[in-house]
Amino acid sequence: MQLARVVGRVWATVKAPNLEGRTLLLLQPITPDGSSKGRRLVAVDAVGAGAGETVYWCRGRESSLAFLPDEVPTDATVVAIIDTIST
Amino acid sequence: MIIARVIGEVVATRKHSSHESRKALLVQPLTLDGADDDRRDPVVALDWVDAGVGDRVLLVAEGWSAMTTVERPTSPIDMAVVAVIDSIDLAP
Repeated sequence: MQLARVVGRVWATVKAPNLEGRTLLLLQPITPDGSSKGRRLVAVDAVGAGAGETVYWCRGRESSLAFLPDEVPTDATVVAIIDTIST
Repeated sequence: MIIARVIGEVVATRKHSSHESRKALLVQPLTLDGADDDRRDPVVALDWVDAGVGDRVLLVAEGWSAMTTVERPTSPIDMAVVAVIDSIDLAP
């Protein structure tokens, strides 16, 4: 999984039926110190994350498994909201 | 698989149910000489070997292997720590 900050939401009226009711989040990948690094991407939310929160997200085919038995067409899913990272 | 070092533990109260009661580790991929690999950023992986900060570990970065390792098949898990490395022998 990879670290990111939620920086927005994406709205789409016309979409695949299995995306109905799902929240599309705009993510900015970050380094552990919180600074932005890498290209922004859109991920489906599985945990109720919102703008400003630090999250980690899962990529690839397995990211769709968060919603079983629904088969959601996604390649990135937010699977946790991070409270802290202890080093 | 990737050789990496554990650099932190990630605490998350709200997370997908498949991640519950599994430790999430922040791991930094390494080069073979043990230095941080500048080309790879730290990632979050679920732990199956009770690794801790400072340990050098094996990271699997593929979904099927990761989710079955932590005994959570068909779940949104794409990385897992599957071994703590004792030593590496490099052929001369």
